[in-house]
Amino acid sequence: MRPNPLWELTLARLRMFFREPSAVFWTFGFPLALSVALGVAFRNKPPDPVAVGVWSGPDAFAAGRVLEVLRATPGVKVREYGGSSTRDLSTGKIALFVRPRERIEYDFDPTRPESRLARAVVDDALQRAAGRADALATTDQPVMAPGSRYIDFLIPGLIGMNIMSGSMWGIGYVVVEMRTRKLLKRLMATPMSRAQFLWSFVLMRAAFFFLELPLLLLFGWLAFGVGVQGSLPLLLGLSFLGALAFAGLGLLVASRAQNTQTVSGLINLVMLPMFIGSGVFFSTARFPDALQPFLRALPLTALNDSLRAVMIDGAGPRAVAVPSALLAAVTVAGFTLALRLFRWR
Amino acid sequence: MDLAIRCGGLVKKYEEVTAVDGLDLSVRRGECFGLLGPNGAGKTTTVEVLEGLIEPTAGDVEVLGMRWENDERALRQRLGISLQETHLPDKLTVEEVLRLFRSFFAQGREVDEVLSLVGLGEKRRAWTEKLSGGQKQRLAVACALVSDPELLFLDEPTTGLDPQSRRQLWEVVLGFKSRGRTVLLTTHYMDEAQRLCDRVAVVDRGKVIALGTPAELIASLGGQQVIEVALDPAPGDGDLRSLPGVRRVSHAGGAFSLGVDKLHETLPALLSLAQGRGAAVTQLSTHHATLEDVFVNLTGRQLRE
Repeated sequence: MRPNPLWELTLARLRMFFREPSAVFWTFGFPLALSVALGVAFRNKPPDPVAVGVWSGPDAFAAGRVLEVLRATPGVKVREYGGSSTRDLSTGKIALFVRPRERIEYDFDPTRPESRLARAVVDDALQRAAGRADALATTDQPVMAPGSRYIDFLIPGLIGMNIMSGSMWGIGYVVVEMRTRKLLKRLMATPMSRAQFLWSFVLMRAAFFFLELPLLLLFGWLAFGVGVQGSLPLLLGLSFLGALAFAGLGLLVASRAQNTQTVSGLINLVMLPMFIGSGVFFSTARFPDALQPFLRALPLTALNDSLRAVMIDGAGPRAVAVPSALLAAVTVAGFTLALRLFRWR
Repeated sequence: MDLAIRCGGLVKKYEEVTAVDGLDLSVRRGECFGLLGPNGAGKTTTVEVLEGLIEPTAGDVEVLGMRWENDERALRQRLGISLQETHLPDKLTVEEVLRLFRSFFAQGREVDEVLSLVGLGEKRRAWTEKLSGGQKQRLAVACALVSDPELLFLDEPTTGLDPQSRRQLWEVVLGFKSRGRTVLLTTHYMDEAQRLCDRVAVVDRGKVIALGTPAELIASLGGQQVIEVALDPAPGDGDLRSLPGVRRVSHAGGAFSLGVDKLHETLPALLSLAQGRGAAVTQLSTHHATLEDVFVNLTGRQLRE
């Protein structure tokens, strides 16, 4: 009896993948390890104290007063210096250097936010100690809403990044390897359908979601309490659309490359701008306004933004329509162009 | 006559090189046809044009009465192809690879049947990367046989294999042929061509330079036996030709190659010629004439250079 070719092709893809331990690690283990490492590094903790140096050289009495006040001030870490501190200041070991004489002099770099903060905190403490009274009554109300932590931002970004690199490497690299090994040519010597051959890659990527996505979501939820505010089917649908878009790009970079070095270079060339500019690890808002239209046009930006909208803000299909349309357009353009350029032999 | 392959005036030019230079070929149904020639003679290019994998620059190709331009899909179903080099996926088992190839064909043989045919039944669960060179090659041929093709293409099926593996593959090919199927194979081993092929085309520089059954080609040489001899100082061609029983004289490297009918007539005369001239015999050997001698006689070069 004749086995089904699409099923056999997909099965072969899956078997080849799961029998390659390093590929399994990079797809499943690596994003988990990364989210653990980053989740630990950026875990919620009390704000860092500001580090301040005090010069006790010329006026020991005035310095003693200042040291006493600052040591009693919460959120300030004081170090006493007998001599110069320029080195510690310039290397960032301390944010502010205080020189108590008849006037109090502050040495700091005004372009560094923590230095400006240190100056404000230290000046406020010293002024109060000298008798200044608050003219206005104020109260602090700390707000730490769920979804505002770094890990809440990070998990959707990691999912997006994983979808991108999984599709690009899993299709781009594998296709070129088949070409260099003449396996593509051998398959072309059979009546195999080219469409089914390409579909087997798409189906393999789809099969991965049912492992990859729940794994990351479950891990984020168990380890860090990262939840999904919006609908899960929508999240799954967006991920699949993202995978299709990057499958198209993966096929495109693989369409002509004759060896794996070339295609590795091309894959990195395509992915690097998105690793940095598409808000995986930090918000795209950090880039200048002039760059924003370009960043928004990147497929990974569209994917990450919509994943975050669904996971953090509980957005519905309407809210992610624009990035979804962009991903669909990338999919169509990628596959069309790739098939036109593709070298089968 | 019922032809499996017919090609005429086949030319394939690459930018600088002309790989195939006006080649004509007719392969009959049910025969095993060999393309024999040194590396770079254009054998692989010719075969890949016939397999529909390369477009010829010029020429006319008909396979099983069909043409690649019109009937590619139907044609692919009826061919079995083994390329000169293919690295099958390392991490799939023998059985999985065969099932995959089987799935591409509407009709064919059972995977188990083909496995036992090529003697890989015991290796069915082994990853292909664990196979020996001979086993890999048999798997490659199995992938071509799994469609139960009418026409089988084998491009240098035994290159680089040990003698035992070669003999195993020969048995597979002979078994296939005995069912009335057609085989086109390329080789640069004359013993392979002599053992397997009903007819042989000797190919050099993109052209067929001789065509016939192995026996006909050898008979065309003149003389069933070959003497290779080098004398110092060397005699003239005429001196050797006038020795009793010598049918032809040609140069092979630094030595002479003499085609003779009876060694016992020619050898004593050759030695007394050398003695009479005071010439030293620096090399002397004899063998049955082979296709190698046919090639040397036609081109003045060895087959494997």
